[in-house]
Amino acid sequence: MLSATDIHADLAGTPILRGVSLTARPGQITMIVGPNGSGKTTLLRALTQDLPYRGRVLLDGADIAALPGWELATRRAVLPQASRIAFPFTVLEIVRLGLIAAATPAPGHRASEALARVGLAGFEGRFYQDLSGGEQQRAQLARVLAQVWDPVGPDGARWLFLDEPVASLDIGHQLEVMEIMADYARAGGGVVAVMHDLNLTAIHADQVLLMQDGRCLAAGPPAAVFTDAILSAAYGCTVRVNATPPAPATFVLPHMARRAG
Amino acid sequence: MATADNSPTRDFVAGDRQGRARRVMLGLVALLLVTSTLSLGIGASGVSLWSVLGQIARAEAVAPREALILFDIRAPRLALGLLVGAALAVSGAVMQGLFRNPLADPGLVGVGAGAGLGAITAIVLGGLLPLALQDVVGFYLVPLAAFLGGWLTTLFLYRISTSRGRTSVAVMLLGGIALGALAGAVSGVLIYMADDAQLRDLTFWGLGSLAGATWDKVLVAGPLIALVLVVTPFLAQSLNALALGEGPAAHLGIPVQRMKTISILTVAGATGAAVAVSGGIGFVGIVVPHLLRILTGPDHRYLLPNAALLGAALLVGADMIARSVIAPAELPIGIVTATLGGPFFLWILLRNRSLLDL
Repeated sequence: MLSATDIHADLAGTPILRGVSLTARPGQITMIVGPNGSGKTTLLRALTQDLPYRGRVLLDGADIAALPGWELATRRAVLPQASRIAFPFTVLEIVRLGLIAAATPAPGHRASEALARVGLAGFEGRFYQDLSGGEQQRAQLARVLAQVWDPVGPDGARWLFLDEPVASLDIGHQLEVMEIMADYARAGGGVVAVMHDLNLTAIHADQVLLMQDGRCLAAGPPAAVFTDAILSAAYGCTVRVNATPPAPATFVLPHMARRAG
Repeated sequence: MATADNSPTRDFVAGDRQGRARRVMLGLVALLLVTSTLSLGIGASGVSLWSVLGQIARAEAVAPREALILFDIRAPRLALGLLVGAALAVSGAVMQGLFRNPLADPGLVGVGAGAGLGAITAIVLGGLLPLALQDVVGFYLVPLAAFLGGWLTTLFLYRISTSRGRTSVAVMLLGGIALGALAGAVSGVLIYMADDAQLRDLTFWGLGSLAGATWDKVLVAGPLIALVLVVTPFLAQSLNALALGEGPAAHLGIPVQRMKTISILTVAGATGAAVAVSGGIGFVGIVVPHLLRILTGPDHRYLLPNAALLGAALLVGADMIARSVIAPAELPIGIVTATLGGPFFLWILLRNRSLLDL
């Protein structure tokens, strides 16, 4: 279980997180949503020690601040928002970097397996910087998956921390990535993701943390958090949940999309 | 239909360049052996390596003049060339990995100038040290000072160009140029203060050449460079992970802060030692790693040893050309590396523009 208590964090002297608490359980998908600048990404970065924070973050009972980096790396993997890489690595080489952290040597085909999982089978020999933004994001996801391939290890659950994993993906690939997250959680792993898309969050999240201005505005299952009143207050506009537009309008909901094959 | 492939390793996987990197490594070892042998055999005196080897093989006494030229002039020069070439190329590769930028080169961003300032300070002001201390450091004073100068410059450069785990390339390049200019200015003042004997030392040192190589110089630079060459392979996977950024590298379990400190010390050690004995030869640190990245990819597990091999071979080869083109006089080796390396480098850049995404 991941439990964060009263997390505070500042960026350049400005308080960004003002006392956020969060609990995430293995076997579930926990999603962090909120308007721009509400501190979603900062919260994920604090939970993964990417920036200094005040408060306590416990991973399966142990304070992460006291765990050595190599041990944490065998238990959790982190997908950053956008990644630019300095040198001409091939996609295979990037995914194999995820295996550095593995406690036991991974089989030789693991990297290709991870690439196939994110829909990039056959991309091994391509150069990372020749990929489109969405493909780069999925290649990074493959690297992260390769790092904690088995959702449950001998010493407990493995964790995925994902910062906007579907941000630059089309609807088909969004569904694919959401399925990966759902499968990982179903198999016993923990998933914590920062999300922008409220519909995808409503479909897949077990628990939602809605942030506003560095604080938790509401937390709970999507049905409890995504109400007209709460969302309208959070996003500063009038939002109506589960309402369809009048007849001639066109709308596309991920709820009604299914992956081919 | 596709079948499950469970055979372990060996099989060709697209995008896996480890096999090619190993073959290139073998080729580079061969190249290094050839250039080293040629370098021992070629020189203004016309002494033949084979005739000396023949004399040794027949258990005859080697002629004193030939022995002197071979063992006290050419051999130390070869050893120094190998050491300096390997040091320049490896420190370039490590610095580029550390700054996550193919433009970071100790010579380009002021580390060479910082090391030079250290060396000049030691030459000009070394006499002011208490005699007891002078005895202790002995002729290690100049390389130690060069190492210190290089280390402080690298450290300072990393501090100013990195904030919150992000290294700004613009700040690094501009800061490096500023630091280089500053070091150059202070060096100028020191040269102005130097007396005649020191000036002769400085001129000799500043030529950027392997001329005047002695076993003493090899002993001065050798241990530091050897230490660096032993340490760098342990940095390889960390530098690979660092290519993803400092945060992602930490999430892969890499002790980022420690590896950065070791990298900086490594760069400073290799650059300082090379500058102290050769006066700073440009171009090797940026061309060699670039060329190898295009040939075999940026995997530091192969890039670092291959860079050491190619850098050594390149410098020994360039030195051979430098001392045979206008024999018995010599060209400064920097002219040779620039004349050969410049056009070649441009050609590579133009052919592989897409691979060199900055």
